[in-house]
Amino acid sequence: MFNASLKQFSLQLAEKKISSTELTTEFLKRIKALNPEYNAFITVNEELSLAQARAADQMIAAGQAGPLTGIPIAQKDIFCTKGWLTTCGSKMLSNFVSPYDAGVIERFNQAGAVNIGKTNMDEFAMGSSNETSFYGPVKNPWDHAAVPGGSSGGAACAVAARLSPAATGTDTGGSIRQPAALCGISGIKPTYGLVSRYGMIAFASSLDQGGPMAKSAEDLALLLNIMTGFDPRDSTSLQRNAEDYARDLQKPLAGLRIGLPKEYFAEGMSKDVENAIEKALDEYRKLGAQTIEVSLPNAPLAIPVYYVLAPAEASSNLSRFDGVRYGHRAKSYGDLADMYRKSRAEGFGAEVKRRILIGTYVLSHGYYDAYYIKAQKLRRLIAQDFTEAYKQCDIIMGPTTPTVAFNLGEKSGDPIQMYLSDIYTSAANLTGMPAMSIPVGFGDKNRPVGLHIIGNYFSEAQMLNVAHQYQLATGWHLQSPV
Amino acid sequence: MQWEIVIGLEVHAQLSTQSKIFSGSSTAYGAAPNTQASVIDLALPGVLPVLNKGAVERAIKLGLSVGAKINSPSIFARKNYFYPDLPKGYQISQYELPVVQGGNIHIQVDGTEKNIRLTRAHLEEDAGKSLHEDFHGMSGIDLNRAGTPLLEIVSEPDMRSSAEAVAYAKILHALVRWIGICDGNMQEGSFRCDANVSVRPHGTEKLGTRCEIKNLNSFRFLEKAIDYEARRQIEILEDGGAIRQETRLYDANKDETRTMRTKEDANDYRYFPDPDLLPLEIPQSWIDQIKQTLPELPQARRDRYVSAFALSAYDASVLTSSREMADYFDATLKQLPAQAKLCANWIMGEISGQLNKEGIEMTACPITPAQLAALLARINDGTISGKAAKTVFESMWNGELGKNVDAIIEAKGLKQISDDSAIEKLVDQVLAANAQQVADYRNGKEKAFNSLIGQIMKATQGKANPAQVNAMLKKKLDG
Repeated sequence: MFNASLKQFSLQLAEKKISSTELTTEFLKRIKALNPEYNAFITVNEELSLAQARAADQMIAAGQAGPLTGIPIAQKDIFCTKGWLTTCGSKMLSNFVSPYDAGVIERFNQAGAVNIGKTNMDEFAMGSSNETSFYGPVKNPWDHAAVPGGSSGGAACAVAARLSPAATGTDTGGSIRQPAALCGISGIKPTYGLVSRYGMIAFASSLDQGGPMAKSAEDLALLLNIMTGFDPRDSTSLQRNAEDYARDLQKPLAGLRIGLPKEYFAEGMSKDVENAIEKALDEYRKLGAQTIEVSLPNAPLAIPVYYVLAPAEASSNLSRFDGVRYGHRAKSYGDLADMYRKSRAEGFGAEVKRRILIGTYVLSHGYYDAYYIKAQKLRRLIAQDFTEAYKQCDIIMGPTTPTVAFNLGEKSGDPIQMYLSDIYTSAANLTGMPAMSIPVGFGDKNRPVGLHIIGNYFSEAQMLNVAHQYQLATGWHLQSPV
Repeated sequence: MQWEIVIGLEVHAQLSTQSKIFSGSSTAYGAAPNTQASVIDLALPGVLPVLNKGAVERAIKLGLSVGAKINSPSIFARKNYFYPDLPKGYQISQYELPVVQGGNIHIQVDGTEKNIRLTRAHLEEDAGKSLHEDFHGMSGIDLNRAGTPLLEIVSEPDMRSSAEAVAYAKILHALVRWIGICDGNMQEGSFRCDANVSVRPHGTEKLGTRCEIKNLNSFRFLEKAIDYEARRQIEILEDGGAIRQETRLYDANKDETRTMRTKEDANDYRYFPDPDLLPLEIPQSWIDQIKQTLPELPQARRDRYVSAFALSAYDASVLTSSREMADYFDATLKQLPAQAKLCANWIMGEISGQLNKEGIEMTACPITPAQLAALLARINDGTISGKAAKTVFESMWNGELGKNVDAIIEAKGLKQISDDSAIEKLVDQVLAANAQQVADYRNGKEKAFNSLIGQIMKATQGKANPAQVNAMLKKKLDG
């Protein structure tokens, strides 16, 4: 039963074959049994989850059920959730119970979904392996020696290990797509501004975007229907007419022009990943699509640009964690400056501190123009490259990551190597364009490979169509490690 | 050596919006600590700012009033520093592209007009308050004020004396109240001045090193702080020393300024555009719409008073020192057309004097413009003398006889004797009884004339129309 799609769960609930309370209880049992090994969840609260399940059962009984009513969803611990511990993977917030709900949480609540627990993540979403979490690393369900990716590592693990039918993630430089790829699931980062950032603890405001993680493109479409929508509390939220992201799922792909950026098929991609990607592209050609080489000349700059802008914004966003009003405060301190110093030194982990330092440096007097302003200019050039490329093609494809999942501890001592995990993904955050990852087979050590699909602004429905048609023709997304 | 003082002012005007600049919390003054602090004002994890359009509208009003450029787009920036009453660890302010750029303010000092250029006016949020008393070795934080909208209005260093600085501050203070963007309450901190002061040898161009004096919350303190600071700097320079650039505080009790922080320990604020707020686009249609709502501005009204009513520049500027006073003048004049000087004199004299004495605002004046006009009409038609009018005014102020002018004149017997034959009779009587003085006058002693007038006025307890008495007496003596 744990392999069912969202549609199947919904049907079972509607036909009263199972109640939400029973379904929720089954998943809670599974989490209880398996989470000690995976560490995918930071907080599980049976009481709160079951209360939501009972309310969902009433909605179903009253005939008010929507497509997600009664279905458990795992929430990344970056979304403020009323009455729940909301840690963002940090000691700094290890005592923070949110008094309010994030916009995304509100939307799931209104839809009658059940919050099955808060998932583990890299501290403040800064990391590509989930190893920077104060709550410890998460295991890759395909290979317990491997990382699940990050920062939404707990979410990817939870979906892959069938601890939850679906999950939410957030993506600042690849934090949905990279763990989705490494854990063999599907995940989409929508166009910037479609999903409310209100209550989503900020890492880099101009790059952060929430999105769903699930077993299939079809599930993602249903989740996206719930998650997106204008939120007046977020000034960067876009006012657009609601759309059904599942509307184009069945369209045939004949005539689809797939752009393959030569910069993404150059050195850096490992052989096993390349093989899996090439096979996937063959499949697309069989489905009637044509592939065209395109160029994104500034794409190689995405990582350096990202590692100027993201830390700059982060250094300011994380200033509120000062020990004054909530969160960790040092037990003993001298004066005010000492209180700040000790609280922040104790509350933040090494990677967060590193990024605060980088960000503070690039914004400093005398360096601002050379780093921050320059990076903003390059950001525009990178976006122009994509806009140019979309004149020749409908969609862009490449690998989500240069390699399959690496081992726990393998890169945690080498930040640059770690940062390069996002070499293909961070451009979509810089441009604000939607991008997703779907599983397309296995590489070395039988670890999953993800195909990266990048679309033009607001082309989510088309991207999901492209992903769904592949998933109808192949079975990689149905493979389960458990 | 002759020294020249150079002053630029930064004024923080609290904008009169109901809610804060980036949250829906109330901006009302004086509530219990932290009762007006929402999750946004507390900077909980995940919260975001949403700009209050009312604050922008008020900034645009000021911009239009001083002939400034309204920037579109305008950018909000983060000013990063740590302080317990700054919940986010940064203040949302503006750095490049403020809403208002440039503009001019005209001041008058000792009858001379001077133009003060504005550099800019930008929107920002206020911080909260740290409370260091009553907490036994700890500090309390009140975030009610955090997020209150401020407009920081920055002038060029165009002022050359404390008198000019005060004149500028007063004109600006009157202006923000006039256009309804700030209540101007200086005690509650709604209008605060920082003064940048430097000195240089007279006739030289290069600006001296400046010191910034923070948080001057009265015009008197502004004046005294500048005077003290200029003296301090001149003394240092004359002793061969150098001025250190720093931020200073004015201590009103000791009447001196002292160091708050030096340039060396100044923060690097690491300004950058706030990614949570999109660039603010201000369409021309919005500006035009706001322009429609602006009242006639003080300068325009001043000019109109001079050109249309032949008032002196001084009278016109006093009458336009507040919108309430100018409106009062207009309303009075409407009832009594063509008597602008009479109305002006009484409003600037009796009305203002009495309001000042009792500490009452113009809006709470017990005598309405219509009532004042009724009184002045009786002076104008000769019913009462100017002197008697003051007695009537007092009675009206005290609410006697329903403030009915005619009833008071009647009850107090203040009606002037303006009947020619009655006056002639009086004059004849006095002339008959004072043959000696008549003779003196005819022998060239002008003084005797005044003495005769005095006799006549005395006989009528001052009620005789002085002009008529004068004319009649002259006719009798000379004719």
